[in-house]
Amino acid sequence: MRRSIFSLALNALTGHRLWRPTWRDAVPKPEYDVIIIGGGGHGLATAHYLANVFGIQRVAVLEKSWIGSGNAGRNTTIIRSNYLLPGNNAFYELSMKLWEGLEQELNYNAMVSQRGIVNLYHSDAQRDAYARRGNSMRLHGVDAELLDRDQVRAMVPFLDFDNARFPVKGGLLQRRAGTARHDAVVWGYAAAASRRGVDIVQNCEVTGFIRNGDAVVGVETTRGSIRAPKIAMAVAGNSSRVAALAGLRLPIESHVLQAFVSEAVKPLIPGVVTFGAGHFYVSQSDKGGLVFGGDIDGYNSYAQRGNLPVVEDVAEGGMALMPMIGRIRLLRSWGGIMDMSMDGSPIIDRSPLPGLYLNAGWCYGGFKAIPGSGFCFAHLIAKGEPHPTAAALRLDRFERGYLLDEKGQGAQPNLH
Amino acid sequence: MSGYRLPGGGAIDRTRPLGFSFDGRPFQGYAGDTLASALLAEGVGLVARSFKYHRPRGVVTAGSEEPNALVELRTGARREPNTKATTVEIYDGLKAASQNRWPSLGFDVGAVNSLLSPVFVAGFYYKTFMWPAAFWEKVYEPAIRKAAGLGRGAGLPDPDLYEKANAFCDVLVIGGGPAGLAAALAAGRSGARTILADEDFLFGGRLNAERLEIAEKAGADWAAEAVAELASLPHVTLMPRTTVFGVYDGETYAALERVADHLAVPPPHQPRQRLWRIQARQSVLAAGAIERPLVFGGNDRPGVMSAAAVRAYLNRFAVAPGRRAAVFTTGDDGWKTVADLIEAGVEIAAVIDARTGIAHDHEALAAAHDIRLFAGAVVTGTRGGRALHAVQIRDAGGGTRTIACDLLAVAGGWNPNVALSTHLGGKPEWRADIAGFVPGPALPPGMAVAGACAGRMNLGDCLADGFRLGAAATGTTPPEAPETGPDATTATPLWRIAGTRGKCFVDFQHDVTDRDVALAAREGFRSVEHLKRYTTLGMATDQGKTANLNGHALMAALTGRGIAETGTTRFRPPYVPVAIGALAGPHRGPDFKPTRLTAAHGFSAEMGAVFTEAGQWLRPQYYPRPGESDWLESVTREVKAVRGDVGICDVSTLGRIEIQGPDARHLLDLAYCNMFSTLAVGRARYGVMLREDGFVMDDGTTARLGPEHFVMSTTTANAARVMQHLDFLRQVLRPEWDVQCASATEHWAMFAVAGPRSRALLQDLLGDAFDVAGLPHMGAAEFRWGRARVRLFRLSFSGERAYEIAVPARFGQALMRRICDLGATPYGTEALGVMRIEKGHVSGPELNGQTTAADLGLGRMMSKKKDFIGRVLAGRPGLCDPARPALVGLKPVDRGRRLRGGGHFLRPGAAPVIANAEGHVTSAAYSPGLGHWIALGLLAHGPSRHGETMLVHDPLRDGDTLVEICDPVFLDPEGSRLHA
Repeated sequence: MRRSIFSLALNALTGHRLWRPTWRDAVPKPEYDVIIIGGGGHGLATAHYLANVFGIQRVAVLEKSWIGSGNAGRNTTIIRSNYLLPGNNAFYELSMKLWEGLEQELNYNAMVSQRGIVNLYHSDAQRDAYARRGNSMRLHGVDAELLDRDQVRAMVPFLDFDNARFPVKGGLLQRRAGTARHDAVVWGYAAAASRRGVDIVQNCEVTGFIRNGDAVVGVETTRGSIRAPKIAMAVAGNSSRVAALAGLRLPIESHVLQAFVSEAVKPLIPGVVTFGAGHFYVSQSDKGGLVFGGDIDGYNSYAQRGNLPVVEDVAEGGMALMPMIGRIRLLRSWGGIMDMSMDGSPIIDRSPLPGLYLNAGWCYGGFKAIPGSGFCFAHLIAKGEPHPTAAALRLDRFERGYLLDEKGQGAQPNLH
Repeated sequence: MSGYRLPGGGAIDRTRPLGFSFDGRPFQGYAGDTLASALLAEGVGLVARSFKYHRPRGVVTAGSEEPNALVELRTGARREPNTKATTVEIYDGLKAASQNRWPSLGFDVGAVNSLLSPVFVAGFYYKTFMWPAAFWEKVYEPAIRKAAGLGRGAGLPDPDLYEKANAFCDVLVIGGGPAGLAAALAAGRSGARTILADEDFLFGGRLNAERLEIAEKAGADWAAEAVAELASLPHVTLMPRTTVFGVYDGETYAALERVADHLAVPPPHQPRQRLWRIQARQSVLAAGAIERPLVFGGNDRPGVMSAAAVRAYLNRFAVAPGRRAAVFTTGDDGWKTVADLIEAGVEIAAVIDARTGIAHDHEALAAAHDIRLFAGAVVTGTRGGRALHAVQIRDAGGGTRTIACDLLAVAGGWNPNVALSTHLGGKPEWRADIAGFVPGPALPPGMAVAGACAGRMNLGDCLADGFRLGAAATGTTPPEAPETGPDATTATPLWRIAGTRGKCFVDFQHDVTDRDVALAAREGFRSVEHLKRYTTLGMATDQGKTANLNGHALMAALTGRGIAETGTTRFRPPYVPVAIGALAGPHRGPDFKPTRLTAAHGFSAEMGAVFTEAGQWLRPQYYPRPGESDWLESVTREVKAVRGDVGICDVSTLGRIEIQGPDARHLLDLAYCNMFSTLAVGRARYGVMLREDGFVMDDGTTARLGPEHFVMSTTTANAARVMQHLDFLRQVLRPEWDVQCASATEHWAMFAVAGPRSRALLQDLLGDAFDVAGLPHMGAAEFRWGRARVRLFRLSFSGERAYEIAVPARFGQALMRRICDLGATPYGTEALGVMRIEKGHVSGPELNGQTTAADLGLGRMMSKKKDFIGRVLAGRPGLCDPARPALVGLKPVDRGRRLRGGGHFLRPGAAPVIANAEGHVTSAAYSPGLGHWIALGLLAHGPSRHGETMLVHDPLRDGDTLVEICDPVFLDPEGSRLHA
């Protein structure tokens, strides 16, 4: 049933008995045109664009658990396209444009909310670096404004302007940035893909690849063998493990990133604020919880949990920035596993093995990329060549030295 | 509901009455009361409104699982939203207010949402608010945001202090009920370092809430004696008011001690709360169990209360929560409430027991007190507005009756409190015999689970468990458990009462009903995690402590699966919400990070310096003098003083690393891209260090003070990173080398003395101690000068003849003062920056981690005669691409224009699109010598484009500026001033 105020009203009168499953919980068939491994945001978006834009409907999305159980359900829901480097900015802006039309496209309200993001700066050097970035955004046709201290104060007066260890001197603002309801993004894509015949198969873990020489022609799963000429991995957080099943070693380390939500309180924080002198960023959800995060834990891990030092570090950053949150309580914290790449930027590319496609290395920026990633990955799979905005996100850029290192941290994944 | 205080009994101190207010109305309670017990004693039944439908709500529980009774506690900057009235210890003058209601708790306009509830079902927002698209941010979302949220944050900086502390123990016992007390006794008597933590301010757990017997004593008395014994044991630490809220890797437990929450304000210099990091070799989880509600129509009406909570209020707080009670039970627990109500003299209107076969002694009890007993009956609805007036029941024959009452005690069985057992990923296991999940076998390392938390509900079992596990943790023989009185807990699960009237709430706080669960199932959200995310079941401030299992059981029934197969959601730390201020501790405001001051900081401050942050350092930025109108005027004066006379700059913040050993020279050859092993003793050399990936990491000078002794300078920003890097090289890559490194940054105070008069000044200063003129350019010397060891280097960042003089930090301030007395002008980081830009020296904005040595005009420094870190990867095509932007100088075509860092280069006339961008401006400064602004930048093919005109595109600030591209060395390219 199409979601609208009318169908909602009709259901309200009939006890909501007419609603049907948002997506079909499919049983896997033996063969497809495309198999997508990973039922997270990226995998489901890829399926949607394959089916609805590129005309490939014989598609299966294989999810080892429930859809959205990985990083799609473990992030801080921020969307933005405030990137510096040409290889990244255009891609994230494509994603942002898709976000802006997402709900109408999917007929699912994912609560895309463009309440803005302000990145604070605390020194002249940081101001110039943000100016460089903001100017780059403007050259890409993306909105950006450089605020001085007074402008920041007018926007977020509750920051510690008078007693801070690292005084706020201004900020880089992208007004079109904001947040989206992360789970709804997963469900919306699943619904749209499923409507076009995509099989979404839950509780189906890939345990191996079926090979024909070098080529990958299918997967072994906990629900049997499934074949397809094109197999696409979208399992960020587990990319190195799944790739290892095909004998590939990726330029990726796996790290834990924690995220936090407070108890719900009445609106305090309008948009997204990031601290420039510590690891802390925050927004407030529509339900009222402060959603915040900070640095990765720093060690390699596949466990979806973090540890106390980073919990404290993030809280310290929060209190340094906005001491009004001292008596607001942390409600839940959780950990997600990040594919941290060697330059902090993602990979959307063919793998060295014919038939196997790679979507990986999202570091901790995967959520905002979901629409763009799905679109570009679908383009690559359907047309056999990269979408122009994702042309720099190649696997061989590490070997060739065409890196996309936004932070200039080098090949040390835990610093990106 | 019309609760009242019982004339006697309870663990309250009737000699200490305490005044408090709720929504502005004054009330009185006693020491030992919680806010909830005191309100109930004063007859206040309506305490809150629910999240979505604004339903009137009362107190349901007597503990931290409370879903309903959330209040705003305290006022002003200390306001704490969403505070559970059931855990607040009252104090004189306490002020609390209801929340999420307008205009008042009694009359809440938001309750109209209840009428719209057919529309406001789970997930309704995903289905609408999409048209027109622009309306989301402007219309729908602001309305939703305003309606959502519960209490109001203070909006003001938290005025209280917080502390962090560490504790180490052999055995950590979590929970001070019967099992926990027993475990602590067993462990403590063995002499093991034992910590017993309980979230309550009174140890004893259910022993205080029930009328139980241990060793022929009242349970509460036994608990008090156990606590007294524990207090007397030397290695036992009792931590009341302390909630263990998280389990982390490495046997680390996080706990929050509420040091002063039971006071109006913390005593002077005392923290409000203290965060404990507890390292425990072993732990005993004795967190007990939580009684679950039953799902029937109107089960949220104020007056419907957990039967176990009713007992707690009667026995511990001497409060009757109502005057005429009904008890609805699915097991023997409700009968304890019946007995306690009788004992307290509260009229019992009826007992509704869902079971058909009722034990004889229960029947006898009912008969003896003339209580109407309905066996095989269920409650199907409740009557009343903001308070319960009656319940509707369906008896065993299917008949409907209405029973007037103002209190309904509900006993639905117990859920073991497994949360902490799951923080490291353990999955709870379903136990059909107790109809609950217990901790599974994959427990956190070192943890054992005791008592009700492990599904052993009987008091005797709890004590035996505690003694056994406390002893096992210390390798001793368990003490014999004392005799206990009768205590039976059985429950027949009843997940949902069919055919009931009105809304049946599963999650009270979030207003999730049985229909929402059914809708989720219908729409395919059948995994418990999808159910949680779609309906928000279990996402409220109580993390579903009372709600989850009922919701999951409903889903199991709807999908035809068993509860074990359906599973349960994972609990996340913290176990109960924890103030963000407590997690941050003292690290806020100026104490967020350490402030590093140089040895001569005080002198610079005396000289009126304006300081700037450089990482954790404070550095003099410039030294304004009276009459100077702005920073630029001061900086210009400082630059002129250096270029025309002599200046002094405190450069103590640069990283300094002592490198010693026979392989020291090899280490330097490996770390730097240029050669160092050929450096003569007594000489210094500029070096560039690459990262493994071939990009520039840092630069600086390293001097050789002896055959096996070097001292390296790094940039201020990279001091720690370079130290880390050198340690990695020598410890991991070349462990066979005999070389040691030590950071000496803080051991030395170092000053740049620069300008044509620098040599003369230093000679004046040093007198006979050293012949300054004999030190060649790039020379280095170490000598004694009076009591001080001095290192003198002839190096120049400014382009002038210059020296860097270093003395042990304790002499730093005196040295700087002396040099200024001899006529040197102090200059700060701004003047330093101006002069290095005039000389085309690279610094932070160019060493941004994205540049190669060649980009910076330093490509020729990369030695071809030796290997070094970064050599191979620096050869990748992308790093050798001739189109890479490289270092150039810039002058504004209109010499009056200001330049700034951060603009991008475009050819004049080119469209402002990224494809036309050819690099960016890195650093800019006003050059007093040239009389106009100058800048450095990175421009594609830059070195071959000197003389070209480019546009600097800076739409964020100044718009477009035409610049002339030039050599990055603006001043004295021949370097003749170095020798002046």
